[in-house]
Amino acid sequence: MTIHGYLRADGRKGIRNVVAVAYLVECAHHVARTIVARSDDPDVHLIGFPGCYPNAYALKVMQAIGTHPNIGGVLLISLGCESFNREALRAAIAASGRPVETLVIQESGGTAETIRKGVEAVAGLKALADQTPRAPMDVSELVIGTICGGSDGTSGITANPAVGRAFDRLGAAGAACVFEETGELVGCEKIMADRAITPELGEALEASVRKAEAYYTVMGYGSFAPGNAEGGLTTQEEKSMGAYSKSGSAPIVGILKPGDQPPTGGLYLLDVVPDGEVRFGFPNISDNAEIVELIACGAHLTLFTTGRGSVVGSAVSPVIKICANPETYRKLSGDMDVDAGRIMEGRGSLDDVGNEIFDLVLAVAGGQRTVSEALGHQEFILTYKAFDPIGPACLPLRRAS
Amino acid sequence: MKPILLHPDDNVLVLAEPVHAGQTIEIDGAALVAPGDVAVGHKIARRVLAVGEKVLKYGAPIGSMTAPAAPGAHVHLHNMKSDYIASHTRQAVGETTGEDQ
Repeated sequence: MTIHGYLRADGRKGIRNVVAVAYLVECAHHVARTIVARSDDPDVHLIGFPGCYPNAYALKVMQAIGTHPNIGGVLLISLGCESFNREALRAAIAASGRPVETLVIQESGGTAETIRKGVEAVAGLKALADQTPRAPMDVSELVIGTICGGSDGTSGITANPAVGRAFDRLGAAGAACVFEETGELVGCEKIMADRAITPELGEALEASVRKAEAYYTVMGYGSFAPGNAEGGLTTQEEKSMGAYSKSGSAPIVGILKPGDQPPTGGLYLLDVVPDGEVRFGFPNISDNAEIVELIACGAHLTLFTTGRGSVVGSAVSPVIKICANPETYRKLSGDMDVDAGRIMEGRGSLDDVGNEIFDLVLAVAGGQRTVSEALGHQEFILTYKAFDPIGPACLPLRRAS
Repeated sequence: MKPILLHPDDNVLVLAEPVHAGQTIEIDGAALVAPGDVAVGHKIARRVLAVGEKVLKYGAPIGSMTAPAAPGAHVHLHNMKSDYIASHTRQAVGETTGEDQ
């Protein structure tokens, strides 16, 4: 099957053609949100960073998302006095060949006038994005992320291993597949390290989980919500075993940090827990913070498994929601793309659901809207973090060179 | 009702449907009367579990028993704990906040 991608000037190919309106501090959020609302277009999305203090991670993630293959143009909304380096962000987007404009509220006549100019600017960016040439796109050119949210005792039996089957097929076809949340791999570090393509990578995988365990111990809570326990999960390591099954059975070829692009196809771990001393609070304050980091690593779409019933989608890249729990599916079927809970009730096997997910990935890459897209879900959240660059053992190409 | 055995080494089983007290459940071919209500996705003991014993699910340790459990009994926060990071509930978070104040 051939996907008709959007061919960007930098050679990357996207499956959506989104114009992003980005606020660069919370003080510009209302203006940016109103521009998006007045543009009233399903492919004009709101993204942004709320903080006024500078953060290298936030700049790297915004640059990665502003140059994401699904992005056809960007409007930056700055208040004017915030620390965010709008020139560096604009330069990165412009260097990728994507159209970009900046409006500074303090220099553009305030709220009403900036909104008026912003709506005009979006219309212009949209017109440019619409001229993006289409090109055939192979499965091997896709980057697919996976995340679980609102996990329960069914997640690790149905939806997560079914995503693992889909990941095995996508990876075998050459796609880059990215799983994440090292805080939800606590307890799995040894078995995961055994799947690394080199002993050095195995040690780096174990170290990333040790880092997560130490970080969450300082926080006082694991990556474990009260709803996880209500759904039958008792411990962090039990949740981890279920979450880990999303990764399937392929060898692990590398580790990424937010904003790094996978250099080859195959299976990658995204290390989302900050490096260095514990700063800035919880690593990922909610599921969308992780989805944003997957998108920053180039994810064209994200496979989201849920037991308790998450309803979210995302800005920029579609989210496919796979419901693990048959009771939840009956309550929230209007929010779910895939009924994996049917495995619990004998109405399908892991392979059946894995194949359904694989087919749906191709359909969504081909333009079919996911349920959360159709409902207008475009969540986006970016917070403060700090990372060291990945080590030399983390990427397959670096090792080969 | 037959709960799910995920791995031959496991000492807990997972419920594919809710169980009510008094209902018959099948564990390793033997019929047993469910001692209490347990929701879908939750775990029950496959055999007698002693304090300090590792709980095995997916063939891997997922914590340790803090109280004994009879076959068919619910295995959850009241009788097991993490060997890594303590789990929390909404009530526990509320109580902690109260103590801090």
